[in-house]
Amino acid sequence: MRKFLASAEFLAGAAASAVLFSSAAAHADQPREWEVTFQAPATDMMRQIERFGNYTMWFIVPITILVLVLLLVCIVRFRASANPVPSRTSHNTLIEVIWTVGPVIVLLLIAIPSFQLLTAQYTPPEEAKLTVKATGNQWNWDYEYQVDKTFSFNSAVLQDADRAKAGKEDRARYPRLLAVDNELVVPVNTMTRVLITATDVIHSFAVPSFGIKMDAVPGRTNETWFKAEKEGLYYGQCSQLCGKDHAFMPIAVRVVSDAQFKTWLETAKTNVPAANKALMAEIDGTNKVAAAGN
Amino acid sequence: MAEAAAHDHDDHRPHGWVRWVYSTNHKDIGTLYLIFAIIAGIIGAALSVAIRMELQEPGIQIFSGLAQMVYGMQGDAAIDGGKSMYNAFGAAHGLIMIFFMVMPALIGGFANWMVPIMIGAPDMAFPRMNNISFWLLPPAFILLLCSMFVPSAPGAFGPGGGWTIYPPLSTSGQPGPALDLAILSIHIAGASSILGAINFITTIFNMRAPGMTLHKMPLFAWAVLITAFLLLLSLPVLAGAITMLLTDRNFGTAFFVPDQGGDPILFQHLFWFFGHPEVYILILPGFGIVSHIVSTFSKKPVFGYLGMAYAMVAIGAVGFIVWAHHMYTTGLSLDTQRYFVFATMVIAVPTGVKIFSWIATMWGGSISFKPPMLWALGFIFLFTIGGVTGVQLANAGLDRSLHDTYFVIAHFHYVLSLGAVFAIFAGWYYWFPKMTGYMYSPVIANTHFWVTFVGVNLIFFPQHFLGLAGMPRRTVDYPDAFAGWNMISSYGSYIAAVGVAIFLYGVFEAFQKKRVAGANPWGEGATTLEWQLPSPPPFHQWEQLPKIK
Repeated sequence: MRKFLASAEFLAGAAASAVLFSSAAAHADQPREWEVTFQAPATDMMRQIERFGNYTMWFIVPITILVLVLLLVCIVRFRASANPVPSRTSHNTLIEVIWTVGPVIVLLLIAIPSFQLLTAQYTPPEEAKLTVKATGNQWNWDYEYQVDKTFSFNSAVLQDADRAKAGKEDRARYPRLLAVDNELVVPVNTMTRVLITATDVIHSFAVPSFGIKMDAVPGRTNETWFKAEKEGLYYGQCSQLCGKDHAFMPIAVRVVSDAQFKTWLETAKTNVPAANKALMAEIDGTNKVAAAGN
Repeated sequence: MAEAAAHDHDDHRPHGWVRWVYSTNHKDIGTLYLIFAIIAGIIGAALSVAIRMELQEPGIQIFSGLAQMVYGMQGDAAIDGGKSMYNAFGAAHGLIMIFFMVMPALIGGFANWMVPIMIGAPDMAFPRMNNISFWLLPPAFILLLCSMFVPSAPGAFGPGGGWTIYPPLSTSGQPGPALDLAILSIHIAGASSILGAINFITTIFNMRAPGMTLHKMPLFAWAVLITAFLLLLSLPVLAGAITMLLTDRNFGTAFFVPDQGGDPILFQHLFWFFGHPEVYILILPGFGIVSHIVSTFSKKPVFGYLGMAYAMVAIGAVGFIVWAHHMYTTGLSLDTQRYFVFATMVIAVPTGVKIFSWIATMWGGSISFKPPMLWALGFIFLFTIGGVTGVQLANAGLDRSLHDTYFVIAHFHYVLSLGAVFAIFAGWYYWFPKMTGYMYSPVIANTHFWVTFVGVNLIFFPQHFLGLAGMPRRTVDYPDAFAGWNMISSYGSYIAAVGVAIFLYGVFEAFQKKRVAGANPWGEGATTLEWQLPSPPPFHQWEQLPKIK
């Protein structure tokens, strides 16, 4: 039993493989092919979630490897041909205490940062500067901007037939099943509060690179928040089974500069399509210049 | 002792269909349960293969065709019907595997067969109730199958709300009769399980052989006892919840209707108050089986017997107070989430005790790698993987990103499809010679293991990656970036399906070759009472009760 005890130090060693799970592509704002990690964080909250996720890997990967190694040792050393006479040991109080207390310590080490993360998610660091209400319908979203003159628009999955008209033919930038007709537009580095509800069945508002997911429940209003750090187009999908077209109600958030947002907001109050068109022309224009600059 | 029990009782023994339909014999009823579980399992597996075929590539491949074939829909209606059909397949796969495959196999099948024998009882306490427990299941199953062919929403057939049947999608979202049939099916299957649970509790508490105290009882009997309590306490809550669902749907009540003062989240609390104990109901009997197998083939007694028994008690007890970890994204308050994170993590401790105790049972043993042991070893390792991802998911802060993604699918299939199902096959290969008197071909059994092992890992390991990348569960189609891992996952599903075929061939081959197994094919390590009886055991065993030292 002593040898067994020695190999039970599962906090040490073998943890290097956790590193495998911690790298991520630099500009991922949507899922990538053969991805094995989270999408790259676009908010500090998602960075915290990713950090905590990687932290847990340092415990669970070694524990799994420990179990595997112990099983292999048993298989090799204690196979009938190698060890014809079995021992009759069926008790060892010390080791039983160790494998009860050991996991308790591991769980404490996980729990402390876990509670910090959870608390942070419910403790926004500042007052929200923008409040948007997202309402889930079968199978699209309504976004209502709660600004001086409240206005709202509908956001539905982009149909292939509408790509040309919308100027969204670039399938890398506007992927199938993720691109929408009217994106949720928010300013960069701005505390944004999202109020979430639904009209018919339960939906769920999720943007993976922001680290947010909140159910849209008819009859109640849930709240979450994010502060996007980088301009760009971020995608999520409805994350609660909501019927036939559950796979076809994506969430697209366009994070723009303060100036762009102000311009967009002014036009959008009266004419959302025109505001979107102007915004896209400006952003795509800048992108083209940047591309040409390469 | 065995000789005394074996003497012939053919004169009292019913024959033909009467033996099976009127059966009050725990072994015959156990056999019926096992046959039922195999049939349901094949159907449930076929549904999952159809789901994987659909997800092999982006786009809608097969379900529009299926809707055309089965429901006679055309054109766009077939595409829409196909999407709904996909949802119905998902719901039916879950319900069938839980209520009509795993539970009948482990509790109705193995527990019915082995618990009375193991505790030295002649039969179950209530043989006629045992009969009705089984015979409630086929009608329940037929109701669920029928529900697949009746309308749910306009242009849709089958209960398309997942096995969790959350309202309002299962009420105003699907007004057609499909959901009513599915709900009645769960009602009947639940009643069947409650009756079974009462039977097991009574049997185990009152019919143990002289000298067999609770602390000398085999671990499988312990596992079934705890499982029976979980069933007895949790299923009535589910019954209440789905009854409210039924009256909301049909009689104008508004338990879950927000604009009339109800609350859809209330259903989730009730559902998971049942649903979380349910996952332990699915795995605890497997724990018991694995303990016996590991001990038998290591030729050692179970290490830390009392710890093993009370770890299961702890898992069962704590399992009742963690339900809302399925609901972290519903808008629970911060303190509520904190509590459920804490309580959920506690469960990892007794689970760890079990894993380490199995390894310690092997340690120093003289291990022979017969097919049951192979499955048990596979169980221990794969259950560990499912267990550690469970520890990750317990953290509400991290679950924010993982909830309702394929990471969750991967997690619970590692503990159920690779845990509970591996335990079922381990039990099958362990007790098949005892139940039938025939020995199967170890070559076929080993091939079955390796093909299944490769298949299920190929299915579910890549799903961790899909979940991390953000792929939501329960979608009929997905963004093209998810195509790679989905393809691998689907190939794994076809390999696992080949495994099912090998399993069935192995059963056929064993009955064809009729190799006589003998009373105890596993040797000195097999110490529980069933190995003292001939194989198959006599129609009535222990007419003279065994004495336990």
